[in-house]
Amino acid sequence: MSSPVKLPGQHYLNAAYGIKSWLLTTDHKRIAWLYLASITLFFFVGGFFAVLIRLELMTPQGDLVEAETYNKLFTMHGLFMIFFFLIPSIPAVLGNFLVPMMIGAPDLAFPRLNLASWYIYIAGATLALVAAVTGGVDTGWTFYTPYSSIYSNTNVVLAALGIFITGFSSILTGINFIVTIHKMRAPGLTWFRLPLFIWAHYATSIIMVLGTPVLAVTIVLVAIERIFRIGFFDPALGGDPVLFQHLFWFYSHPAVYIMILPGMGVISELVTCFSRKRIFGYSFVAFSSLAIAVVGFLVWGHHMFVSSQSVYASMIFSILSFVVAVPSAIKVFNWTATLYKGSISLQTPMLYALGFIGLFTIGGMTGLALAALGLDVHVHDTYFVVAHFHYIMVGGMVMAYLGGLHFWWPKMTGRMYPEWWGRLSALIIFVGFNLAFFPQFLLGYLGMPRRYHAYPEEFQVLNVMSSAGASILGIGYLIPMIYFIWSMRYGAQAGPNPWQAKGLEWQTPSPPPTENFPITPVVTEDAYAYSQEEAAVV
Amino acid sequence: MSDVQTTLAHQFEDPDQQHEAASLGMWAFLITEIMFFGGLFAAYTVYRIQYPAAFVTASHLLDYKLGAVNTAVLICSSLTMALAVRAAQLGQRRNLIVFLILTMTLGTTFLGIKAAEYTHKFHERLIPGPNFTPNVSPNREAQLFFLLYYSMTGLHALHMVIGIGVLTWLLVRAVRGHFSHEYYSPVEMSGLYWHFVDIVWIYLFPLLYLVR
Repeated sequence: MSSPVKLPGQHYLNAAYGIKSWLLTTDHKRIAWLYLASITLFFFVGGFFAVLIRLELMTPQGDLVEAETYNKLFTMHGLFMIFFFLIPSIPAVLGNFLVPMMIGAPDLAFPRLNLASWYIYIAGATLALVAAVTGGVDTGWTFYTPYSSIYSNTNVVLAALGIFITGFSSILTGINFIVTIHKMRAPGLTWFRLPLFIWAHYATSIIMVLGTPVLAVTIVLVAIERIFRIGFFDPALGGDPVLFQHLFWFYSHPAVYIMILPGMGVISELVTCFSRKRIFGYSFVAFSSLAIAVVGFLVWGHHMFVSSQSVYASMIFSILSFVVAVPSAIKVFNWTATLYKGSISLQTPMLYALGFIGLFTIGGMTGLALAALGLDVHVHDTYFVVAHFHYIMVGGMVMAYLGGLHFWWPKMTGRMYPEWWGRLSALIIFVGFNLAFFPQFLLGYLGMPRRYHAYPEEFQVLNVMSSAGASILGIGYLIPMIYFIWSMRYGAQAGPNPWQAKGLEWQTPSPPPTENFPITPVVTEDAYAYSQEEAAVV
Repeated sequence: MSDVQTTLAHQFEDPDQQHEAASLGMWAFLITEIMFFGGLFAAYTVYRIQYPAAFVTASHLLDYKLGAVNTAVLICSSLTMALAVRAAQLGQRRNLIVFLILTMTLGTTFLGIKAAEYTHKFHERLIPGPNFTPNVSPNREAQLFFLLYYSMTGLHALHMVIGIGVLTWLLVRAVRGHFSHEYYSPVEMSGLYWHFVDIVWIYLFPLLYLVR
């Protein structure tokens, strides 16, 4: 790392200049940047609503905003974070950038479709943003009927249209990944030599392709009922509100795995690289991704334990929800086994990865608690649930996203970020996150319901802790933002492979040329052929 | 050969890879379409089980003869589409153009009959809502049937319209001589889409018109 390395003269970032060269690009690497910029924007939009929510909950009286405004706040927070940040983040940014490079292809199979996906995403997000600033939506991000379809007086149709359109972006990205991974692998890159990041994206794409259209048609039905006042879901009109929940959760539960599976793919890469060891049980990690994708479709009913579902259906869904924890646990065990006797270096991406493993485990274990019928009835719709899914989505997904962003930043920009600040931000985020969300487990267990803007005084201490943690978390998010932008100009030059990592993406210059590889690489060894001797180099 | 070189996108090594990628992409897209219609089929199943009597009464109000004619029209259009794909594969430009036009004509005929049916239903006030006034009881459940009828056939008709648009695009390219026996993927992929839309109708027709 001491010898000076030079940026390549010609690379994808300076191959063409001007706004048009970005907005009309079909280069998957540039499209990844388009997504990175827009997703960051919507992350801060969602974060803004979160700030207001946590400010409101500082005091028990509910004196900052009114109840209706509060309903809109948590709805918009959920909508933006889930549909416009969490679901696209890793696939659209890191996946777009890395899937072709990791399999030695010059681009995705359908580059123009890829660009179209981004425009569709922007169109949908813009509509949702318009819905937010022209009055908001108060249904909760789940759009439960018949409230959303008949009674709510807010911008439901506009927001739903935004989600509907964005769904197509997700479907097209999924199709693009599936075809690319099937048909465009470099010579010698067999299925069982693929990086686990690719396996994770393959499984994610299957969920995107199978799940998203169901959400799309469900949203269409809500819009029809709302516009024409004729009833699919309103019992007064002969409809069945529980049908909505079935259709909605058929997508939205697997959507949780759209969020977490790519994160697991990132963590597999980080853990094996920074412990200089081959991943333990490669094929188990690979197949567990597929198992999660398949079983994830069979557990939606655990969102409906208290929604008039028969007790036998609930029992089945409860058992299946336990089953889906098995492949997740396999991954955690394999990561831990990979760390065992590895030569671990605690660089920034590794800190994020270790944070992920810890937080995801807590989130997963509490998920088991919620899958248990009796316990779920006790903590249903309390802050216990809120804490659980924030541990998975923020503690898991966002940690993985940031870890992956740090890991591949040198590849994306050709420059390093300041390591000390990187470690500091990882630490601040970990501390802030736990302070923000662990108290919510206690709140929920004590009985504080979610979605209330005022609460009894005995909950205040824990709520203040949570709000304090949230502000620390917010600072933790701002720091990487600042030094990433700084590093684009002033960061040390990284060279093709600053981490001495294995994988095709590290065999080409950083930043890579537009066609990714000067000559198509030929793969001759299995993934992650790390050896302990090389560890001495780092 | 020059044709092949101009139609090979930069990211592919050879025409075979490009063709296979297009094919897999189309199949994956059709799977999403199945799931898209699947939500409606699930809703149909639920309400049919909940309100069997009302659904039987309401389905009697549909004209199964028109539905049957439309089914025949669509099956014929699938045949002409298949012949168009074959003409493209054999590089017969004239036949390709003829069969594309035939397919479009049949597709438009289908939509025309569908429009006539909708108009008829409109005059009979079979539109769900406050003015829904057929002599059916129970009225509320019959409205649900018609809501499903319009959603499912409407979504199907929308797919037909898009299909005809795609065929128009193919026709323009065929007239300009873009296709050859070495490059015909767009025709084949559009054919898959067209057949898929036909198959959806093959399920819709008995479910809505025939099942008593």
